[in-house]
Amino acid sequence: MTVYLLRRLLQALLVMLAMSVIVFVGVYAIGDPVEILISPDADQIERERAIKALGLDLPLWQQYLTFLTRAVQGDLGRSFVFNEPALQLILQKMPATLELAVGATFMAVLIGLPLGLYAGLKPDSVGSKAIMAGSILGFSLPTFWVGLMLIMVFAVQLGWLPSTGRGETAEFLGLRWSFLTRDGLAHLILPAINLSLFKISLVVRLTRSGVRETMLMDYVKFARAKGLSPARVTYVHVFKNILIPVVTVVGLELGSTIAFSVVTESVFAWPGMGKLIIDSINVLDRPVIVAYLMIIVLMFIIINLAVDLLYSTLDPRVRLEGKS
Amino acid sequence: MVATLEVRNLQTHFFTRAGVVKAVDGVSFTVGRGKVMGLVGESGSGKTVTGFSIIGLVDAPGRVVGGEILFHGQNLARLSEEEMRQLRGNRIAMIFQDPMMTLNPVLRIDTQMIETVLAHTKVSQEEARQRCRDALGMVGIPSPEERLKSYPHQFSGGMRQRVAIAIALLHRPELIIADEPTTALDVTIQGQILAEVQKLATNTGTSLIWITHDLSVVAGLADDIAVMYAGRVVEDGPVSEVLDKPLHPYTHGLIGSVPSRNKRGEPLRQIPGMTPSLLKLPPGCAFRSRCDRATPECATPIELMELIPGRHARCIHPHLEEQVAA
Repeated sequence: MTVYLLRRLLQALLVMLAMSVIVFVGVYAIGDPVEILISPDADQIERERAIKALGLDLPLWQQYLTFLTRAVQGDLGRSFVFNEPALQLILQKMPATLELAVGATFMAVLIGLPLGLYAGLKPDSVGSKAIMAGSILGFSLPTFWVGLMLIMVFAVQLGWLPSTGRGETAEFLGLRWSFLTRDGLAHLILPAINLSLFKISLVVRLTRSGVRETMLMDYVKFARAKGLSPARVTYVHVFKNILIPVVTVVGLELGSTIAFSVVTESVFAWPGMGKLIIDSINVLDRPVIVAYLMIIVLMFIIINLAVDLLYSTLDPRVRLEGKS
Repeated sequence: MVATLEVRNLQTHFFTRAGVVKAVDGVSFTVGRGKVMGLVGESGSGKTVTGFSIIGLVDAPGRVVGGEILFHGQNLARLSEEEMRQLRGNRIAMIFQDPMMTLNPVLRIDTQMIETVLAHTKVSQEEARQRCRDALGMVGIPSPEERLKSYPHQFSGGMRQRVAIAIALLHRPELIIADEPTTALDVTIQGQILAEVQKLATNTGTSLIWITHDLSVVAGLADDIAVMYAGRVVEDGPVSEVLDKPLHPYTHGLIGSVPSRNKRGEPLRQIPGMTPSLLKLPPGCAFRSRCDRATPECATPIELMELIPGRHARCIHPHLEEQVAA
């Protein structure tokens, strides 16, 4: 186990390193931030000074090395625009995105699993057909449109829920969270629903096909032949088997929601990381872009590790010590 | 004395889009207490569906549509699902064909065994575990205490089948339905398991229905035999008599097809043609298109008839002359 974790850690470091090179070169290739950042009225001397101050006069490899040495010390550079440490900037926005993504994923599992289970166990019932038809809608309706409709119905017409911003926040672990206050929670509901719709559909379909496949297995029939109650067959024998693919997909979905919930954040004016990264790309704020992507990479590595660890508890045939 | 199991004119049909598949269409046989009944037939002859019909596990679109399954005189076809559940694994147990598939890969052996004990009796966890340990010991699994904590993938195929048999034996059932339990195993393991089962059946008075296509297994194990073809029993009787002097041309051909009975160098004998589709079975003998004794009369419905005391066959041109000659 320890060996396994150490190996994974080493792999993670290598991935981070490779990623940092790709990101750095990629961002460099996008364009020259000087043109955007420095006022067109500035004279040559001011320009030179600014370029030097931002460290953009050095060749790329030297810039990269500077970045790397600082990154090892926990400094991912300062934002060109806000003149604040990029890491701090991102961390400020992170709780908003994190609670949104986790909330949406939570809902997806909480709603998607039971619905999928029902649809898989009673595939011919009217209810299942309705669920499956609904899941197609969940897949195909564009997020921004659903977001607007949610605002229309629940915020504008019914007036039940607020439509923009995070509402009141409370401090926890040194960061500010919305889900800890009533008002914040009310603000969280609509964007979380918006984000979770696609995920619910995904979990429903995955669970349903898993159940239908597993129900045909000999071991399910054998479990029934042992005289077990239908509940025990479903919730122990079938359920534990279908959790394996569900966990994988939910893990990956969580990662991509954290990284790319830009649309929902924009529709609901949710001050999360998605909005920050889009703004930063617009003004070519290189340190923020690089730092953001590095954090996302780190996050995916952590989620993947968590999924793998969960795997080994769900499926005894997966052994962590095994060859990589 | 009431027989352990008496199946009368069982009919199990599958209602598919293409039509009604009469997988089992009029199967009758009797299994006495402590007796081993060999249910023999080709793939698709309905022997497995017969087994599942008895234990009440025919899945949609299939359904038992007629006949009686009398277990100690009680008609199982009439029982509710919950009453049936209480019988399953308790008084009637089943062993499946492929031991690699019958145990749930993500649950430990102890979980899968103890749940079986607790499904039918109210005992403490510790007592249930003790019973499981004993059952594993009984089927010849060394150090059962440790093996209880293993997962199925840590066992070989033969060991897994022993575990499945141990699970079937947990409640000392009166009837075990074994659906080709040794087909997937190699010959030495097969021999061990057969000997084990035979010993258990005589020791505990358990009746067995042994479903197989392997005549040599039946010859060594069973007391009685029923030969199935296209969803019907075409011949039954005591195993030694049926195998020595088969009445029905199909049984005759089946026995002739066993390679070891041929002389070396001679071409292997076979039954020409193939099993008919169960979707559109014509009336009369289903075997007549492949039978060398068939006459136009074979197209009329034929019942299972007692041709010799204790022996039945569904044929109007049986191999009676050989019986006389003997």
